[in-house]
Amino acid sequence: MTQEPTFQLPPAMSTFAARYDETYYFIYWLSVLLFVGIIGAAAYFVWKYRRRPGVDAEPTGHNAILEASWTIAPIIILAVMFHVGFRGYLDMAIAPGNALEVRVRAWQWGWDFEYPNGAHSNDLKVPVNKPVKLIMSSNDVIHSLFVPAFRIKKDVVPGMYTTVWFEATSTGETDLFCAEYCGKDHSAMMRKVFIVTDDEFQKFLEESSGPPSGMSTEDWGKKIYGEKCKSCHSLDGSKVIGPTFKHVWGEMVTMTNGEIVKVDENYVRESILDPLAKVVAGYPPVMPTFKGTLGDKEIDALIKFIQTVK
Amino acid sequence: MTASNIATSGGHDGHGVDLNANYLKAASGWRSWVFTLDHKRIGMMYLAAVSLAFLAGGVFALLVRLELMSMGRTIMGPEMYNKMFTLHGLIMVFLFIIPAIPGSLANFILPMQLGAKDVAFPKLNLLSFWVYCVGAIFALISIVYGAVDTGWTFYTPYSLTNPQAQTAVISLVLGAFILGFSSILTGLNFIVTIHTLRAPGLTWKRLPLFVWATYATSIIQVLATPVLAITLLLLVFERIFGLGIFDPRLGGDPVLFQHFFWFYSHPAVYIMIVPGMGVISEIIATFSRRAIFGYFAVAMSSLALALLGFLVWAHHMFVAGMSEFATMLFSALTFLVAIPSGVKVFNWTATLYKGSISLAPPMLYALAFLFLFTIGGLTGLFLGTLSVDIHLHDTYFVVAHFHYVMMGGTVMGFFGGVLYWWPKMLGKLYNVKWASISAGLIFVGFNVTFLSQFIMGSRGMPRRYYDYLPQFELLHRVSTVGSWIIGLGVMITVGVLIVSLFKGKAAPPNPWGSAALEWQTESPPIAQNFAETPIITRGPYDYHLATKAELYDGFPTQRGG
Amino acid sequence: MTNSSKAAKLSEAHDAHADHPSFVAHHFDTPVQQFDAAKLGMWVFIATEILMFGGLFVAYGLFRGEEPSVFVAAHHELNKTMGALNTVVLLFSSLTAALAVRSAQVGKKNLTSAYLVITLVCACVFLVVKYFEYTHKIHEGFLPGRYFGHPNFDLNQIAHWEAPLPARANVFFGLYFMMTGLHGLHVLIGMSILGWVLWRNIRGDFSKEYFTAVDLGALYWHLVDLVWIYLFPLLYLIG
Ligand code: HEA
Ligand code: HEA
Ligand code: HEC
Ligand code: CUA
Ligand SMILES: [Cu+2]
Repeated sequence: MTQEPTFQLPPAMSTFAARYDETYYFIYWLSVLLFVGIIGAAAYFVWKYRRRPGVDAEPTGHNAILEASWTIAPIIILAVMFHVGFRGYLDMAIAPGNALEVRVRAWQWGWDFEYPNGAHSNDLKVPVNKPVKLIMSSNDVIHSLFVPAFRIKKDVVPGMYTTVWFEATSTGETDLFCAEYCGKDHSAMMRKVFIVTDDEFQKFLEESSGPPSGMSTEDWGKKIYGEKCKSCHSLDGSKVIGPTFKHVWGEMVTMTNGEIVKVDENYVRESILDPLAKVVAGYPPVMPTFKGTLGDKEIDALIKFIQTVK
Repeated sequence: MTASNIATSGGHDGHGVDLNANYLKAASGWRSWVFTLDHKRIGMMYLAAVSLAFLAGGVFALLVRLELMSMGRTIMGPEMYNKMFTLHGLIMVFLFIIPAIPGSLANFILPMQLGAKDVAFPKLNLLSFWVYCVGAIFALISIVYGAVDTGWTFYTPYSLTNPQAQTAVISLVLGAFILGFSSILTGLNFIVTIHTLRAPGLTWKRLPLFVWATYATSIIQVLATPVLAITLLLLVFERIFGLGIFDPRLGGDPVLFQHFFWFYSHPAVYIMIVPGMGVISEIIATFSRRAIFGYFAVAMSSLALALLGFLVWAHHMFVAGMSEFATMLFSALTFLVAIPSGVKVFNWTATLYKGSISLAPPMLYALAFLFLFTIGGLTGLFLGTLSVDIHLHDTYFVVAHFHYVMMGGTVMGFFGGVLYWWPKMLGKLYNVKWASISAGLIFVGFNVTFLSQFIMGSRGMPRRYYDYLPQFELLHRVSTVGSWIIGLGVMITVGVLIVSLFKGKAAPPNPWGSAALEWQTESPPIAQNFAETPIITRGPYDYHLATKAELYDGFPTQRGG
Repeated sequence: MTNSSKAAKLSEAHDAHADHPSFVAHHFDTPVQQFDAAKLGMWVFIATEILMFGGLFVAYGLFRGEEPSVFVAAHHELNKTMGALNTVVLLFSSLTAALAVRSAQVGKKNLTSAYLVITLVCACVFLVVKYFEYTHKIHEGFLPGRYFGHPNFDLNQIAHWEAPLPARANVFFGLYFMMTGLHGLHVLIGMSILGWVLWRNIRGDFSKEYFTAVDLGALYWHLVDLVWIYLFPLLYLIG
């Protein structure tokens, strides 16, 4: 069940969330209590013992019991806090064995979700009431996957795999953020999470392993272009981060090492899968690899599309 | 460091300084400042420099807030925004808050509290100031080269990519590296000074708490900063030569960088707060006319913070992919630092009990510190709690937490300290009414700005975001308006101090009626601080041993007096 | 309210203000106080140096722990004989530095100079050996990180994940150059300090009463030596 947002916390849509909110508000009320106690006392003293002519301050004495108790009492409170936090954390750390595994790849600046059958999507789609485990890697810098409504977050680090899991408790949609600063469009790495019923999820898997129904390969290529390539490659001849795609097909292009290459099927495929192999002269070697992110069918569609950019 | 610093003799700089004249007048001309070896003049130069840094950092903060006032583009694009918050964070941390209290207030006051004529190594002290300036210049150069957008944490591999920013990143990182040396020199100087230059009779148990705090801070500066130095050096070499230590493309480990960075930067947060706590102890004692309750516990808690601070760094990395065991360990250790902080808070509160409390401006800041630091500290515990931090990490909750401790803690301590020692440092009184009004504005504005950030953070607003979703717009607006109130308050304080500088009435030696040693000499002090080396016969807070004449309230517009 | 004995000692010294020797700065009361301050300062500084190198040692330990075999393979490219030679040279120079202090303490000025000169000569030998080691490595292509390129090592041998990641041998050399380079820099700094001490000694600044700079210079030199004592086995003698 979705639990409505409270004043301080977003809606609760995963199994962790209820537990989390309890812990959060426990610490919150504890803190309020301590704060009101301490600051209340201070305010009272400031008023009560304000400076008055003829009234001197009393010399400071000692009170060993008082001092010992405000050293020891916090230790107990803190031990309790640690305990609740740690228990909650352990739940989050270990995914159940039967979890649905989704492969996540992050890059500057986007997400790709790959499902067990090879389907890809840009927004995360998951079935309700089923544990889902995300296995994440990054193509470039550190990102972090954050879904407030699930109360989960985990860094996505280049050169290693990190995992995180959750079980959504209600259908609907919610926000997914990148929480680790990753450059210019860090704040644009926002996506949606769609939580659907099991049936809908199966239907989605079937549909998304090829071009969406009713779309031509070429249009599909254009759609992928819009999601993955547009930030760096223009269609109108202007130079963004990488070379434009306008008229590029069939051109002879000079590489940084002086080699001249014809833009054909193989070259484009190589540029997408291993961009550093041949770097176009005059451009920085910053294009990320899409190996693993784009399937063969998608690359074919992209090539089809690039051919048409005139 | 070396013997030549101590082998030279004679007057302060060999230019025939009159050691018994007001230090501001003992010598004149720009050389008498630029080459001065007088800790008081160096302290004043530091005060000017860090204040400028604070205002610059504050202007960047106002720009950050202005951009966030409404969704989408408000006044700048995302690249610019990223540079703004990076500059804001870097300037505030490396150019302002770390050198602020040690460089200015401690430099000026600490030798006087020890009854010493100067710090142990005056030349190193001057060097530290100029090294600071060189570091600042490197930071400025980076702005000229298009500025850096890495965030103040320089996380790899992002800080290694982005070829356009090559020069800027290197220059800024070198700047931080150089500033680190300045900080090490200051710390080293204070440790030696406190060990060897205490006046006769000034036993360890009679040291003012500000001295204890500075001592603890210096230990952290000396032990933690070198690790930052090597980290930044590795980063520079990684950028230039591709060393392969932090860059995953070359087989390096980006998370190692985070360990190194936080191994310095967590202890560094105690470099920031402990001196502030020291100032607060002095102010609360003076304006309550009472020894700090649990003096020894407060002194030792500074040292405890210095040591425990080294054990908790990885609490910034709970979601970075560490092992479960490491995560648990660092969470547990994190809670330990709350105990010495708590000891201080409780003892300050107890000091107020049965005091004779005057609400002069420095005391207003001290009370604001108590209020705001407690909020900041308690929310630090939210973040130390493992499961809770998973959700809160890298949201505005963290932003609010650290502003509550840094702005609400250290900056309140700094402002309070400046207003407290101003009459001593410059021999001028200032307008108490306006100083109090501005303290009030800053306090209110601060809470408006950052309480709203706690709420948006726990609701899931990530930090370092140029743009955001509609549900956060209202709270961002509130926060931006708050920042203007702070700005107004800060401007009034600046005005009050400038007016005082030019038109202020001359201050008596002890305008607040304090029992502490630094008030026993002229305002402003003579070049060698005390005409005769004082022989200490009572502690700095022994108000019951002070004479009525000493406790006279010299501040004309004193309220409640 | 009784003063500690130390305070008593200090105030006594204070009364004797008349004999404030010329080498004592105005803000110190006694030569002893000044010497204590200088010495403590140097020790604190040495602590910072050790922590700075400490960072590198930690990085070394981690990477070696992750890939011991690569480190073992790579370390064979270092020249053990030259490393050992340098260890002996530095150890010997530490001895002569200590002897220089000893002779300064007893006021034998020329002997002090002689020992300092020997120390400096050793330092030069160390640097020359290091120079040969470096040129050899640069020649063979054993360079740090990105520039690493020796035919015996295939950068793409070990692919860790989807993108090609090089083997860690380049990391070993990254660490090697960083650690020995930083150490070499300290040798240079140490040499300048000792050279300056030598100059002052010849000028006649020191006496039985005042030889702080000799003492501190030697202390610094021992640090330089100490760091190398750790670097040598860690880099040259793995296995
Ligand atoms: C002056 C600087 C300062 C200070 C003093 C502190 C103090 C503390 N900080 Fe904070 N912190 C920062 C500056 C500071 N911090 C900064 C800059 C960051 C973010 C960096 C970045 O990512 O950019 C940060 C981030 C940060 C994080 C990481 C959050 C994240 O990114 O996910 C954590 C997690 O544990 C944390 C915890 C703490 C704790 C437990 C304390 C404790 O020391 C607080 C102790 C004080 C109290 C607890 C209050 C008083 C005590 C009592 C009233 C006693 C009674 C209390 C109890 C018994 C509970 N801090
Ligand atoms: C000492 C430390 C310090 C201080 C005092 C401040 C003070 C302030 N900070 Fe800052 N802040 C940081 C340290 C600090 N900050 C750090 C480390 C970061 C993280 C950076 C990162 O993510 O990398 C950060 C990030 C940060 C953010 C988050 C950005 C993001 O994540 O996207 C925000 C947003 O609101 C913010 C706001 C403010 C505001 C409104 C103030 C106000 O309190 C400022 C008050 C000051 C003024 C208003 C200045 C007044 C001056 C004038 C009005 C000019 C007058 C001029 C003359 C007289 C010449 N800060
Ligand atoms: C982060 C920016 C970025 C993204 C995203 C990006 N590219 Fe590139 N691309 C570049 C840069 C820079 C170059 C030029 C340097 C090089 O060849 O590596 C380039 C070069 C190319 C080339 C060779 C062009 C020529 O003129 O020879 C092709 C083809 C290409 N990219 C295809 C793609 C496709 C298809 C996508 C999306 C699936 C994509 N790129 C996404 C930055 C990017
Ligand atoms: Cu990706 Cu931030
Ligand atoms: Cu921390």
